[in-house]
Amino acid sequence: MSEWIKHDLLDLQNLSKEEIELILETAKSFKEVSSRDVKKVPALRGKTVVMLFFENSTRTRMSFELAAKRLSADTINIAISSSSLSKGETILDTARNIEAMNVDAIIVRHPTAGVPKILSENLGPSIINAGDGCRSHPTQALLDMFTIKEKLGKIEGLEVGIVGDIAHSRVARSNICGLNKLGAKVTVCGPATLIPSDIEKLGVKVSHDVDEIIKNSDVIMLLRIQKERQEDKFLPSIREYAKVFGINKNRLKNAKKDLLIMHPGPTNRGVELSAEVADGEYSVILDQVTNGVAVRMAILYLLLGTKEIKTEEVS
Amino acid sequence: MSLLIKNAIIVSFKNISKEKQDILIEKGLIKKIGTSIKEKAAKTIDAKGKIVMPGFIDLHSHLREPGREDKETIETGSLAAAKGGFTTIMCMANTNPVIDNCMIVESIIKEAKRVGLVNVIPVGAITRGLNSEELTDMVELKSAGCLALSDDGRSVLNSNLMRLALQYSSMAEILLIEHCEDDFLSSGGMMNEGYNSTLLGIKPDPGVSETVILARDIELVNYTKTKIHFAHISLKRSTELIKNAKKSGINVTAEACPHHFTLTDDAVKSFDTSTKVKPPLRSKEDVDAIKQALSDGTIDCISTDHAPHSKEDKEADFDNAPFGMIGFETALGLAIKELVDAKVIALPKLVELMSKNPAGIIGLKNKGDIKEGMDADIVIVDDKKDWEFKKEDIASKSKNSPFIGMMLKGEVQTTICAGKITYQK
Repeated sequence: MSEWIKHDLLDLQNLSKEEIELILETAKSFKEVSSRDVKKVPALRGKTVVMLFFENSTRTRMSFELAAKRLSADTINIAISSSSLSKGETILDTARNIEAMNVDAIIVRHPTAGVPKILSENLGPSIINAGDGCRSHPTQALLDMFTIKEKLGKIEGLEVGIVGDIAHSRVARSNICGLNKLGAKVTVCGPATLIPSDIEKLGVKVSHDVDEIIKNSDVIMLLRIQKERQEDKFLPSIREYAKVFGINKNRLKNAKKDLLIMHPGPTNRGVELSAEVADGEYSVILDQVTNGVAVRMAILYLLLGTKEIKTEEVS
Repeated sequence: MSLLIKNAIIVSFKNISKEKQDILIEKGLIKKIGTSIKEKAAKTIDAKGKIVMPGFIDLHSHLREPGREDKETIETGSLAAAKGGFTTIMCMANTNPVIDNCMIVESIIKEAKRVGLVNVIPVGAITRGLNSEELTDMVELKSAGCLALSDDGRSVLNSNLMRLALQYSSMAEILLIEHCEDDFLSSGGMMNEGYNSTLLGIKPDPGVSETVILARDIELVNYTKTKIHFAHISLKRSTELIKNAKKSGINVTAEACPHHFTLTDDAVKSFDTSTKVKPPLRSKEDVDAIKQALSDGTIDCISTDHAPHSKEDKEADFDNAPFGMIGFETALGLAIKELVDAKVIALPKLVELMSKNPAGIIGLKNKGDIKEGMDADIVIVDDKKDWEFKKEDIASKSKNSPFIGMMLKGEVQTTICAGKITYQK
């Protein structure tokens, strides 16, 4: 297996296929840690991890925090409302202040694309992207790939459909990139107003027919439809969206036997999927959440862990 | 004070002088041009090995004074302009307060004269307070010294108001300059819509936001039999619309900025906020079309859209950083590198684009050429010089440029405005 040399986790564009596979492989052993009675290993003892969130988040933040804590790192949360950014500081100012307190990693989520990259170019600590604007959400894509591999045993050659608001989705962008690298075939599906320009050049097919996606896919990833998209006029109504693109039990009649239904959460039950589907036989939505902790432990460990004592700490 | 330039290879919009010429300047005017002038002058400059061009005229810049003197002042902007070889610049109306009354116009002109480095001609607003609701007092603005009006930063979106503005400004004999952007279409977009915006997940501004206003204005100008000048044209499609309009005899002129003929939206991949500009950096196809349009006369002139922003403002994240980049000090170096050296145009055409045509568009009869009796606005250029654009050398108060660290070609050696040396390397 290849060795980890990256200092930051900014996006999947920057990772090789081998590096992605290394993360997924490392996550396997950390998944076991979370199932123990004592869910803690000392791998990152003495390390400080700051979670700098400029956007609301429940599960990603909690997932990162649990991951860091289970590795024995100290964690601090900074949310936008309690930071000094509203007082005229730039993001770099804020981040430089955090750096000055000698932290080892900054996990950042920001509504603007590119912020983690700019931070990584200007700061010493490892930067982990927990979502930047509509651009990238690498840990989500990694946990999605981990879940697919766990359930279906492979990624190469699989047909993956991503359904919903593709234009505004960092989850879609990161998954397209990662899945392509691992050899899956991706089709994006959604209303024409929510498919961004020239997306075919990212190496995907475009469809507006959910039933076709259901018939052909091994994996379907559903994306959350934000209520604001109706206000922004991208959609005539949420009702029409649910009717045309929403997945319900009846529609799944033609699905493959092993189909996985995935969703990065939080779900809009009754919009992109019915409650029956969310809780049904194909759904792996809660597995994704469980795996999220393991994948984030793997990432923190690879970025911050001391490589020499790697094997004993994990085992 | 008199000034004698010796051994000048004069580049005019028509040709390059075959023999070395001497140029005698007195009382701010070009008194005499000849192969060997014997008269004594108070100061002599030897232009041997350099080329001598008419001073550059920029129809589009932002000097930020009054209002944002932390970004630029008339003084620092004048210094930067002189360093870039400019002798006349127009500054846009989006100051605070807005240039929409004669008091502000007069105070800007007064301050520019005190600084005394470059002719500053304020551009008045088309609508009072740039509010797109009522027209400014155009006749008064003209008499105060404005040669053009623009709501630059936005379009006059109300088509009826634009029609009225065209008719009234035509009567007032003052030029309208349109910033073409349909706000509904651009919809808060931060970069050109296309593959790169999809890849980067940055809110896209589709090119059609520029062309729908451009097409509308062409129709309005045709209908009202008036004229218009289009600011910072950035798209292939825009050049096609302008070309067709000109072919039909509609009275339109247009400018393009150096960044739109040198950079594509690939530059945004760095997330460097100095690449955030309006109109946004476009595709390679558009860049090529702008070059072509500069060469074939579809686009009449090069303007900088010099738009200084403070480090604090540009250090924001990409979504929240302001639009714009500085341009005075890189215009010539980029034009020679990307247009002349790349054999898109020859040097006389560059003079047409940077001096002759802008002078003509705003009706400056005594500028834009080097001839006896004309204003002594002259720039001496080492057109063979490769040089690096360094942050520490920037004269502008702001340093927001994506060209920092880049090699440029053609360096201003001396700028002379109204017979006075305003910059000397």
